Amino acid sequence: MTLTSPRPVTADIPAADDSTATEPRQESLGLRPARDRRPAARRSRPMTIALYILMGFVFAVFAIPIYWLFSSSLKPEGEIYTFPLTWIPSSLEWSNFADAWTSAPFGAFLRNSIITTVVGTALEIGVALLSAYAFAFVRFRGKMVIFAIMVGSLMLPGHITLLVNYITVAGLGWLNTYQGLILPGIGSAFAMFLLFQQMRQVPGELVDAAKIDGAGHIRRMWNVVAPICQPMILTATLIVMIGKWNDFVWPLIVTSTADMRTLPIGLMFLRSQEGYDSWGPVMAGTVIVAAPMLILFFLAQRRIIGGIVSGALKG
Amino acid sequence: MTALARTPARRKSAAHTRFVLREGLLFWALIVPNLAAIIVFGYYPTLYNLVLSFTDWDFVQPAPVLVGLENYLDLFQPGSLLMEALRNTAIFVLFTVAGTMIGGLAIGGLLAQRLRMSGLVRTIAFAPHMLPGAAVGVLWLFLFDPNYGLSRWFFEMFGADSPKWTTTSDFSLWAIVIAYAWQRLGFVAIIYYAAILDLPKDIFEAAALDGATGWKLFRSMTLPLLSPITFFLTVTGIIAAAQTFDIIATLTNGGPGTSSTTLPWLIYDQAFVEFDIGTSAATATVMFALLLVVTLVQTRYASKQVHYS
Repeated sequence: MTLTSPRPVTADIPAADDSTATEPRQESLGLRPARDRRPAARRSRPMTIALYILMGFVFAVFAIPIYWLFSSSLKPEGEIYTFPLTWIPSSLEWSNFADAWTSAPFGAFLRNSIITTVVGTALEIGVALLSAYAFAFVRFRGKMVIFAIMVGSLMLPGHITLLVNYITVAGLGWLNTYQGLILPGIGSAFAMFLLFQQMRQVPGELVDAAKIDGAGHIRRMWNVVAPICQPMILTATLIVMIGKWNDFVWPLIVTSTADMRTLPIGLMFLRSQEGYDSWGPVMAGTVIVAAPMLILFFLAQRRIIGGIVSGALKG
Repeated sequence: MTALARTPARRKSAAHTRFVLREGLLFWALIVPNLAAIIVFGYYPTLYNLVLSFTDWDFVQPAPVLVGLENYLDLFQPGSLLMEALRNTAIFVLFTVAGTMIGGLAIGGLLAQRLRMSGLVRTIAFAPHMLPGAAVGVLWLFLFDPNYGLSRWFFEMFGADSPKWTTTSDFSLWAIVIAYAWQRLGFVAIIYYAAILDLPKDIFEAAALDGATGWKLFRSMTLPLLSPITFFLTVTGIIAAAQTFDIIATLTNGGPGTSSTTLPWLIYDQAFVEFDIGTSAATATVMFALLLVVTLVQTRYASKQVHYS
């Protein structure tokens, strides 16, 4: 069997002492470097062509719907309601955006989404930083019990807290207010856990040196620990932000008037208002909802994917 | 002798007590905002939800009325809405998780071949995972349109008519399966891609020296080495899929009829459309119990896996 092996794999294994061949190279994803790279496996030409065809297919599966979203938002109405389909708009029709903007109060939706996302993220990362620092650096007997209680909350599915949180927020008179939208979401086990793990890596000597210099906990946190953990703070901020922007069910039940709705909820109402006979404005509305996340993703792709992937790979 | 030794020790312990006290106070000050939010909006609702599940209430009556197990007995009638929702949730979870795992592994393996342009494919594949579920739902509502959506174009290629995806009960569940799988597939693929690049190459070289190639190498080496990731993705995939709400709300509203009603939609519908608080709380408790089993399996398995890497 070995003799008839179609690929003489042994041939391209570099000599073991060739240190440059095993030099870790930075992955383009921004992940930790691959331990060592196998030299590109030798492939037959038909195999390579087949792989490229497969990759083209994969690309189409994701790219075509996204292309359709953007192109339809710019199509004149006549080119949406035709068959065979119009793939390339003959002219760019920005009026779809104006239609969406006027038939639903998208200005208010946008404002509400920005307020809840920015304030909610700042508060969540704030409380996460404080508690992560307390777990990592403040001495307290039994603190790991409290840590376990906090991390244990990750097991509570969002839907089981929905009803009672609604009753609580109603009791506080917070229905249809920003505090009602924001405050139930600021408790953070996930971001706290990420930051805690990073803080444990901070060299103890640095913190001790600051302590000897007379810096209290607050100064140590602000001047020593936070700057070192900055990359993880940024990653956690991005992941939390995406979650808040995309949040759906809580804003849906806690808001009751159009001027308090966030973009995803507003989009749902635009859809039911415009119905099936007005895809241009509805797609324009969808672009307004989706574009900020796509822009954020393209700007910070490495950090976002890297954060999510390393979270998954480390379990 | 003892008296001599005690004095400095006591002074030290007094200072130590002050230190411990100060640290303790600071600890609580730092921890309280987060802990309070988690207890008030996480643990307390879970417990009170359990209480509400034994009551009858409609938001209007002054207070919930205890009814014992009645809500649960109603829910578990054969042919009840809960049974329908459990069935739909099971189908939704099974097909989205299986589909994204198999597809994600294949795409991840393809991306790991380091073909030209694979960076672009990686980016575009991951992008849907960033989008609000509401945007994905509304986009697919248009794509599924049997007259002017891409679905018609796709089926016309095979000389067939597009199904009426979101408006007939035979297809509505599959519509949300497809839209949700499309959103999650790239995420799974990227995780697999990173995990494949992370595999220890020397073992593969040794196996290759022994003559293992292609499919055999994949079956006997790659797949087992990826199993911790597969397990993690399966469990988190089940938990995430079972809670999907936004795509259903924008695509089918749980209908037509109850054909795409899953547990989260049923909980929402019972509480905020029917105002049947006790039944909704009972449904939520059932869902919580099911997800807790999945989570506990993961925690047990994960603790055994600690020394894996």
